[in-house]
Amino acid sequence: MNGQPILTLDKISKSFGPVQVIDEVTVSVHPGKVQVLLGENGAGKSTLIKMMAGVYQPDGGRILLDGKPVKFRDTNASEAAGIATIHQELNLVPTMSVAENIMMGRFPKRFGMVDRAALRKQARAALDLIGLDIDPDQPVGELGIARQQLVEIAKALSLDARMLILDEPTAALTRREIAALFSVVHDLRERGVGMVFISHHLDEIAEVGDSVSVLRDGKFVAEVPADTPEPELVRLMVGRDISQQFPRRREYTGPSEPLLHVEGLSIKGLVNNMSFTVHAGEVVGLAGLVGAGRTEVVRAVAGVDPYDSGSVTIRGRRIPRHNIGAGIKAGLGHVPEDRKVQGLVLDASVNENIGYATLASTAKAGLVDFKGQREKAQDVAGKLRIRMSGLDQTVRSLSGGNQQKAVFGRWIAAGAKVLLLDEPTRGVDVGAKVEIYELINSVTAAGGAVLMVSSELPEVLGMSDRILVMSGGHLSGELAAEDATQDKVMTLAVRDVVRDLEDKS
Amino acid sequence: MTTAVKAEKRQHMDIKKFLANNGALVGLLVLCLALFIATPDFLTAGNMLNIGIQASTIAVLAFGMTFVIVAAGIDLSVGSVAALSAMVSASMFTTAGLNGWVALLGGLLTGAAAGAASGMATAYGRLPSFIATLAMLSVARGLTLVISDGRPVRTADQVSFLGGNLGPIPMPIVVLVVAGLVASFLLNRTVIGRYMYAVGGNTEAARLSGIPVQKVLVIVFALSGLFAGLAGMLLSGRLDSAQPQAAVGYELDAIAAVVIGGASLAGGVGRISGTLVGALVLVVIRNGLNLLNVSSFWQQVVIGLVIALAVGIDVLRRKNTIH
Repeated sequence: MNGQPILTLDKISKSFGPVQVIDEVTVSVHPGKVQVLLGENGAGKSTLIKMMAGVYQPDGGRILLDGKPVKFRDTNASEAAGIATIHQELNLVPTMSVAENIMMGRFPKRFGMVDRAALRKQARAALDLIGLDIDPDQPVGELGIARQQLVEIAKALSLDARMLILDEPTAALTRREIAALFSVVHDLRERGVGMVFISHHLDEIAEVGDSVSVLRDGKFVAEVPADTPEPELVRLMVGRDISQQFPRRREYTGPSEPLLHVEGLSIKGLVNNMSFTVHAGEVVGLAGLVGAGRTEVVRAVAGVDPYDSGSVTIRGRRIPRHNIGAGIKAGLGHVPEDRKVQGLVLDASVNENIGYATLASTAKAGLVDFKGQREKAQDVAGKLRIRMSGLDQTVRSLSGGNQQKAVFGRWIAAGAKVLLLDEPTRGVDVGAKVEIYELINSVTAAGGAVLMVSSELPEVLGMSDRILVMSGGHLSGELAAEDATQDKVMTLAVRDVVRDLEDKS
Repeated sequence: MTTAVKAEKRQHMDIKKFLANNGALVGLLVLCLALFIATPDFLTAGNMLNIGIQASTIAVLAFGMTFVIVAAGIDLSVGSVAALSAMVSASMFTTAGLNGWVALLGGLLTGAAAGAASGMATAYGRLPSFIATLAMLSVARGLTLVISDGRPVRTADQVSFLGGNLGPIPMPIVVLVVAGLVASFLLNRTVIGRYMYAVGGNTEAARLSGIPVQKVLVIVFALSGLFAGLAGMLLSGRLDSAQPQAAVGYELDAIAAVVIGGASLAGGVGRISGTLVGALVLVVIRNGLNLLNVSSFWQQVVIGLVIALAVGIDVLRRKNTIH
C-alpha cells in the first residue's frame, strides 16, 4: 500500500492469565484508508482495538506510530497521538448540550467563567467538519443514536484525531442513518483520516472498506481486499464453508397439537386483536417493521407486560394475565430482545444464569439443590456448546453468541416446550448463528413450538414454517414458508403505513 | 516443571487469591497485630469479650443490611426500627403486663413488620428504597417517642437475659454467632437467598426468569427489620431498659460494615463473613483508639478515613482483576 501507515500493530500478542487472546497479529492503518477488522465474536477484535487505544498493553510485539515504536501507557497517550475510538456505548452526557459535549474538558473560559459564545463557535466548527447541521444548544439526549454517534465523531475530529476506531457503529442504526454515516466516512477518507471499522454486517464491508484483516481465535488469518465476495469472507472468518446459512429441518413426526394459542390479544394503542396458534414442531416467524408491535405481543404472551383483553393458552392451560411464573410453569420460555439488560445477570456465573428458572422448582424445603442444578447446567452447557473456561466463569466475559446460548440454556434446563424468541441472533456472529438455528431445530424436533421475532428478513424466511406479518399493531397477513418472499412480507408489513398515509392525504 | 513445583505454585496462587478476596480480613488482622504491639491492654480476655459485645449490635444490624445491599437496596431505618422494636417489647411487658416471652417475640415481629412495610413501599409502591426507608427512619423514631412519651421503659427478663451472660460468655456474643450462621445459611443455601443475588445483579433479568421480584424485596426488607429488632433486644437487654433515643445513627455503622466487608452498593455482591469482618474492623478501631486514649472526636475522623480507604482498595482491586 502507498505511503507510511499511521499505526502498525507488529506481531502483537496479548494474554489474560493462561488464555492467549491475541497471537502475533499484524495490522496497519493507513491515512485515508478504511481497514476492516473481521472475525467472529471472541476472535480478538475488541482486544486488538483496545491495544490500539491504550486500554490494554501488549505482552509481545511492537506498536509503531508513523514507523516509530511507541508504548501507549493509557488511553490519554493514544489520544495524544491522534487516535480516537467511537465505542458502541457512546461517551456522552445526555443532559448536557451538543456544544458542551464536544468541548467537554476544555471549555473556553473568560474571567474564570465559561465563555458561552466561544463554546458555541468552536462546537459549530467541529460539527461543520462533518457537515452535521444540528443546534449546538440542544441536549444530546434529545438526538437519535445516529446523530449522537456523529457528535462523538465531531468531538474526536476537533481533538485533532487522525485515526478513528469505529466499533460496530452501524449496529443500532437504520438504513438511512447508515448511509449518512458512510458519507461522513467517505469525506473523512478524502481528508486523509485513517479508520478501523468493525461490523457484523458483511454487506457493509465492500461499501465502506478498503482492506480487510480477518482474525480467527486470536490469530491473523488473511488480509484481503474489501470487495472480496461474502461467502469467501465467511469461509475465512469461520474456517469452514457454511453451506447452509439457514439449516431449517422439520424432523417432528408427532401429532401437531396446538401448544400456544393466542386469542384476541389487545393492548391499548400498541396491539390490536391478535389471534394465532403455534403447533408442536413448528417455527412461526413474527415479522414486521420496528414499532409494529411484535415485541409487545411476545412480552404480553410471556406475562412480562399486562394486556387489556384477549387470552393466552399454553398446552391447553389458560395463563393468567401478567404472570410470568404461570407461563413458565406451563412450559413457556422467553428469550428477550436485549440479553444484557433483560436476559442475564452479567456478574453471576454461567451456572447460576442457567439455573434461575429452575431454582425454586428443584428446591427441597426452600433449600437449593446445588448438586442437581450444577449437573443440569453442565449438561445443558455441553449440549449447547457454550464456550467457557468453566461453569463458574462470569457471563459478562463470554462472547455475545455464548451469552445468548446461556439464555437459551435456562429454558432448555427448565424443559420449556414453547419458546418465545425475540431477535435471537442479534449481535451474534455467523458461526454462533448457525448453532442457534440448530438449537431451534432440536427444540422443534422434540415436539416444541417456537415463536420467533426477527428484524432480519432472510432469517425469518429461512427458519420459519409459517410467517405472521404485523403492521400497525395488528396481524396484516400470514404466509406459508414455501411461498413467502421478502417482497410479499414487506408488502404486508407496510400495508397499514400506506393506508395511514392515504387517509391523511 | 515437576509436579511438586507446580503444586507449590498453585498453592502460592491460592494464597494470593485468598488475600485478594479477603482484603478486609487482612486489614483486621494487621490492625489487631498493631494494637497488640501498641498496648498490653488490647489482647486480654476482658477486652476481647468487650469487643465481642460491642460488635454484636452493629454486626446483627449489618447482617440484615447485607440482605438489602445484596438485593441492590439500602435500609436507612435499621437504627430507628431497633429502637422501636425494643420500646414495643418493653411496653408490652411493663405497661401492658404481658408475658416476657410474648414481649420478646412482639419486639422481633415489630421489626419485621416495619421492614415489610418499607419493602412493600419499595416493591409495590415503586419508591426508591433510599426514600422508603428514610421515611421509615422518621416514622419508627417518632412512634418510639410516642409510645414511651420520651421516657425509658424497663425490659422483660427474657430480653435482659439476651444482654446478660451465659456462664462466662456474654449472651450478645452467642446471639451474634447464631444470627451470623442463620443469615449466612439464608443467603447461601436457600432459594430466597440466591434470588436476592439475582435481583440485585439484574432486576429485569431476574423478573423475566420468573423470579417473583416484588415478593423477594418484601422478604429482604422484612429480614432486615427482623435483624434490626433483634439488635434492639440486645441493646435494651444490656441496659435492662428500652431507651427512646437508642441506636441513633447506627444505620450508618451497619452500612459501613457491609461495604468494608466487600459488598457492592450496586447490588449482587456481598457475604455475611465479609460483613462480620467489616463490623469487627469498626469496633476494633474504636476500641483500640479508646485504649490509646484518643479522643472520641478524632475517632470519628479515623473511622471515616478507614471506610474511604477500605472501599478505595476494593475498587482498585476490582479494576486490576477485570479478566
